[in-house]
Amino acid sequence: MARDVRLLSEPFIPGQFVGPFTNAHPGLGGVCTFVGEVRGDEAVEMLELSHYAPLTLPGMEALADEAIARFELMGMLMVHRTGQMRVGEPIVLVSACARHRRGAIDAVDFAMDHLKSEAWFWKREKRADGWHWIEPRAEDHADLARWK
Amino acid sequence: MTVTVVFLGRLADLAGAPEMELPAPLDWAALVRALDPDFAAELEGRKVRIAINGEVLGDKFTLRAEDGDEIALLPPVSGG
Repeated sequence: MARDVRLLSEPFIPGQFVGPFTNAHPGLGGVCTFVGEVRGDEAVEMLELSHYAPLTLPGMEALADEAIARFELMGMLMVHRTGQMRVGEPIVLVSACARHRRGAIDAVDFAMDHLKSEAWFWKREKRADGWHWIEPRAEDHADLARWK
Repeated sequence: MTVTVVFLGRLADLAGAPEMELPAPLDWAALVRALDPDFAAELEGRKVRIAINGEVLGDKFTLRAEDGDEIALLPPVSGG
């Protein structure tokens, strides 16, 4: 189970994935996990992520492969939600296990920066006056530049 | 003899539908002619990319879609 990449359309509990992922890699030296959730914002009633099946999952798989090679990982777990989400629901889970901690930590940072600004997702949020598409942020592109 | 055109993100709102069928073969000029002028202007911008059958084109102006192909119009992403 070196690479486990999933798109989910329903809410998930990160621990249900991280436990088996960790157990599948005996002998690891470190495992690093990041979970991104829908941030609390009184004005936002709901968040929706859309994707494009022919690109989104293959793109995530290629990203995970790149991280595994670059940071010499034993494995990478990447789970991303699509559809409608409320405050507090997990959107994304990235976990990396490696012989040494540095690779695991950096790999998760690398994967998140790329998911934020290069993965094929489109986000919109529902406010009192309706739905609003979210434009990419300059900070996300600056984060990505760290890895060039 | 049609090409399926899929609109992603806010382009689906602009187009008023998630997808449409256009006659094949379809090149860049035919695609622009088939869309309303405001939408075409949006499409010509640097930020919108095009994929054909799951492959993102390096140069969207070289688009050439045949019968049964699916093209996707991809605005800037905002994920994670």
